[in-house]
Amino acid sequence: MSALVLPGAAVDPRELDGGEASLTGFLRSLPGVDRVGLEARTARLATRSLKHDTKRALIDVAISTMDLTTLEGADTPSRVRSLCARALRPDPADASVPHVAAVCVYPDLVATAVDALAGSGVLVAAVATAFPSGRASLAVKLADTGDAIDAGADEIDMVIDRGAFLSGHYGRVLEEIRAVKEVCGDVHLKVILETGELSTYDNVRRASWLALIAGADVIKTSTGKVSPAATHPVALVMLEAVRDFHLITGEPRGVKVAGGIRTTKDALRHLVLVNETLGADWLTPQRYRIGASGLLTDLLMQRQKLTTGVYGSADRITLD
Amino acid sequence: MAERIPVLRTAKLFIGGAFPRSESGRTFEVVAPDGTFLANAALASRKDVRDAVVAARSAQPGWAGATAFNRGQVLHRIAELVEGRRGQFIDELRAHGADEHAAAHEVDATVDRLIWYAGWTDKFAQVAGSVNPVAGPFFNVSVPEPIGVVAIIAPQASALLGLVSVVAPALVAGNTVVVVASQQRPLPAVSLTEVLATSDVPGGVVNVLTGQVAELAPTLAGHLDVDGLDLTGLTGLPGASDAGTDVDATALEAAAAEGVTRVLAAPSVEPDFLRTPRGIERIMTWCDIKTVWHPKGT
Repeated sequence: MSALVLPGAAVDPRELDGGEASLTGFLRSLPGVDRVGLEARTARLATRSLKHDTKRALIDVAISTMDLTTLEGADTPSRVRSLCARALRPDPADASVPHVAAVCVYPDLVATAVDALAGSGVLVAAVATAFPSGRASLAVKLADTGDAIDAGADEIDMVIDRGAFLSGHYGRVLEEIRAVKEVCGDVHLKVILETGELSTYDNVRRASWLALIAGADVIKTSTGKVSPAATHPVALVMLEAVRDFHLITGEPRGVKVAGGIRTTKDALRHLVLVNETLGADWLTPQRYRIGASGLLTDLLMQRQKLTTGVYGSADRITLD
Repeated sequence: MAERIPVLRTAKLFIGGAFPRSESGRTFEVVAPDGTFLANAALASRKDVRDAVVAARSAQPGWAGATAFNRGQVLHRIAELVEGRRGQFIDELRAHGADEHAAAHEVDATVDRLIWYAGWTDKFAQVAGSVNPVAGPFFNVSVPEPIGVVAIIAPQASALLGLVSVVAPALVAGNTVVVVASQQRPLPAVSLTEVLATSDVPGGVVNVLTGQVAELAPTLAGHLDVDGLDLTGLTGLPGASDAGTDVDATALEAAAAEGVTRVLAAPSVEPDFLRTPRGIERIMTWCDIKTVWHPKGT
């Protein structure tokens, strides 16, 4: 599939003059998404057969790019600690299973996770900016972000203001992301578009570009609190935005899919999309993440199946 | 007037309340004892086994959580609908080689067997459970609990009555079932799935596969999410006496032991299913006994 043709002969979107009008003009001039073609392509890629060694390798990629997540009102320090133990050693019976990329928690539990994961290589990600709705003032969002970073978070997952985006205030969304990025500094910033609330693929494309222009290190599909979440077509639109951004600017950015990915089959289909759109360079924890909680159990079951030859039972996998 | 072209049924699998073809896309020809073509049936693969076990596992808590009275009503409803399709079942048993009288007798016995087990759902716990005297201020109560997912190799000769006689007792306590239908006589099992789909049985509680026992049984036996394995249908399996095509019951039991799966071993000859069971052994085979201590009040 050829690269997106941008208007004005591949203008570098980072060099827009900063006014809301020029940003809006740029985003509105992005080509519309061919819905039928997009869905047909993802459906075709989903039929790709992955067996044996390839499947095992991809299961390990899925585990090592996973943000093991718990975002419940009922989260407790002990629950986070046991989640961290699981993140470090997903399968206690098999040391060849890689550790996950990060543990994703609410800001107040960052310190607990940092404590449990110190020196392990597993990062701590915190959702911030009034997650999941994003309905708070900018000051509150920045304080929320600052809190998480002070507590030791390596990565911040922020939500965009969907209300502002949908009512066309692209400049406000941009400024908010930039402000959060400034607070973050070197801390990795993932920007959640919440595609389930954006209604159209065109909006997903615009929001992706908006977040990339604003300086997001990673664009992320969803909070996991809204359905539909990480569907394959939405993921492909975002992967294409990252690819085209890279082609124009030379800057590699990442993608995180999150929400509703519960089976190995689904996760591997996402990895196929990445490989076909951005290439194998993106199948690393630095550039790609899968946010999930229940998925890990299924990945381990499938991995055990490849090792032992018998189908497993969820009863035999450690829960978080 | 032109002669009408008959519309033949494709016999499909029954997994999670739906009627999929085999994931493998394979089919096999079901033939009468004299070699006459009867139907094309789905030739299930090990991935169909996997899907069926997933469906059975996810349906199990709901089925076990339904009241015993409700499970009884559902089993009774199955009986009602089998009765309503009496003619169809008789025709299929005859196509598989039974004479008219025997076929009618088998269908009647099938309905009666379902009613018999339907009655047991809210009674077997009283028979199998107990209140135990203990040396302390406690009530001590033992009750039967379903073990979970039961995989069944259905009897080969008794294609309808035998099938119901092994599936119904597993359902009574709240287990869910993956059953491999009689290899050479699968049509009554396929018709039974159409009954099950319309008789208030929640999707996934009974899953029916058609195909080669030799191919499917090892996957079921080794599957860690299967809690019970009924090998009744290994007896009288075609080719079972020829070295090489035999299904190795010992290997199946060994594989089952690896996953701590309870096994009901293959009998030396297929039981006479026309005889009403004398007790609730088959129900209790797929149950554990749970004992609860409860402090006595003052």
